[in-house]
Amino acid sequence: MKEIFMILVSAILVDNFVLSKFMGVCPFLGVSKKLDSAVGMGLAVTFVMVMASAVTYPIYKYLLLEYDLTYLNTIVFILVIAAFVQLVEIVLKKFIPALHKSLGVYLPLITTNCAVLGVTLLNVDNSYNFLNSIVNGAGAGLGFLLAMVLFSGVRQRMEGCDIPDSFKGMPITLVAASLVSLSFGGFMGVVDGLFK
Amino acid sequence: MFTTIVLPILILTALGLLAGLLLALAAKFMAVKTDPKFDQIREVLPGANCGACGYAGCDAYAKALAGTPGIKTNLCVPGGDKTSRAISAVLGVDFADVEEVSAMVKCGGDCDATDYIMEYRGPQTCSACNTFYQGRGKCSHACLGFGDCVAVCMFDAIHIVNGVAVVDKEKCTGCGMCSRECPNALIEMRPAGNVVFVGCSSHDKGAFTRKVCANGCIGCKKCEKVCPTGAAKVTDNLAAIDPKTCINCRACEEACPTGAIRSYPLKK
Repeated sequence: MKEIFMILVSAILVDNFVLSKFMGVCPFLGVSKKLDSAVGMGLAVTFVMVMASAVTYPIYKYLLLEYDLTYLNTIVFILVIAAFVQLVEIVLKKFIPALHKSLGVYLPLITTNCAVLGVTLLNVDNSYNFLNSIVNGAGAGLGFLLAMVLFSGVRQRMEGCDIPDSFKGMPITLVAASLVSLSFGGFMGVVDGLFK
Repeated sequence: MFTTIVLPILILTALGLLAGLLLALAAKFMAVKTDPKFDQIREVLPGANCGACGYAGCDAYAKALAGTPGIKTNLCVPGGDKTSRAISAVLGVDFADVEEVSAMVKCGGDCDATDYIMEYRGPQTCSACNTFYQGRGKCSHACLGFGDCVAVCMFDAIHIVNGVAVVDKEKCTGCGMCSRECPNALIEMRPAGNVVFVGCSSHDKGAFTRKVCANGCIGCKKCEKVCPTGAAKVTDNLAAIDPKTCINCRACEEACPTGAIRSYPLKK
């Protein structure tokens, strides 16, 4: 139980995927302009991360590890995740149209999101078991959601600001992102202290 | 040889084939039919994505029309009767008139009537200025005059004239973009047939309103007394005219001591 909480807290706060590991920065900058789209994207990523962790675990354990083919991790995971996300989109469209409507536009974007691939590869690297993998996926997704929501708030405040011409648009966004990321540095060591 | 080269190739091929097959099957058995009517309707809509119909955009409105029967075809205000007629033709339902609306600015505080209390040097937008001590004007309800509404208007129908937003009723299509943009919610969408409106939105007491603006409504109720149909009503120190009962007689406009009640010229 303690281990699960450790993984969860560390994935959300300490090793936040966007702000500490700098994975998935593209959607982080692209979709964080408005709060509702940021939340939509964050939820979609969370969902896909959990499912991807669940799907890739058995493939790794019973196929790649069995035949000593772990060097194929990356390419197999990309294949599986891409196919899986497409499948999820088709299934959602058919059976849960409401959910497809709110997550729909973001799902294709996630197919090639490096954060999702990163979660699955980290699961393997840390040799997590099935439950730990899923918890790590959920934590990473929630961390992504948190970062998106926080940053969309920052960006909304920036809209009412007088920004020098040379910094308008992407430059000031990157500066703001780095400051938000800096603030997450404050969580370093929290896990060691909390679960001693 | 087998385990180092052939097996990995086999496994990858098998996985790829499996995934492809699964996707192909899923696409075949779980396909959702798209309505051919959707494209036809989408084509006749103006494509301004203004949201006046109450849907997220032209796509969403077309989807709703194609998908669920019984949705009104006359919701597109910028498209007007023409669009409504075209949609009705596609769907094969009776055509209904579009209730035309146009924007009216509920503030008459131009530079002659009221004054600024500060020299505001921040970002030159209404929304930014409004967050700074409720704006630069003497009256906190007043038009801020930076033209956020002008920026969103796609039809060049609203302009800042002498410090106050003024609608060009001829050009206004009634999409309501400006109404959603105004941080003080000064712009009201009213039926286009109704030309008399109250050009003030201050609920402050009459004495205070008079102090800050010469054109403000002071809640004297003279309009209430002269109105033949009872359309003019004063609530919380502010007059309001009910467009449903107003007959455009302009008695209230003449009676108003401050000129808060205004009107557009009647269409011939």
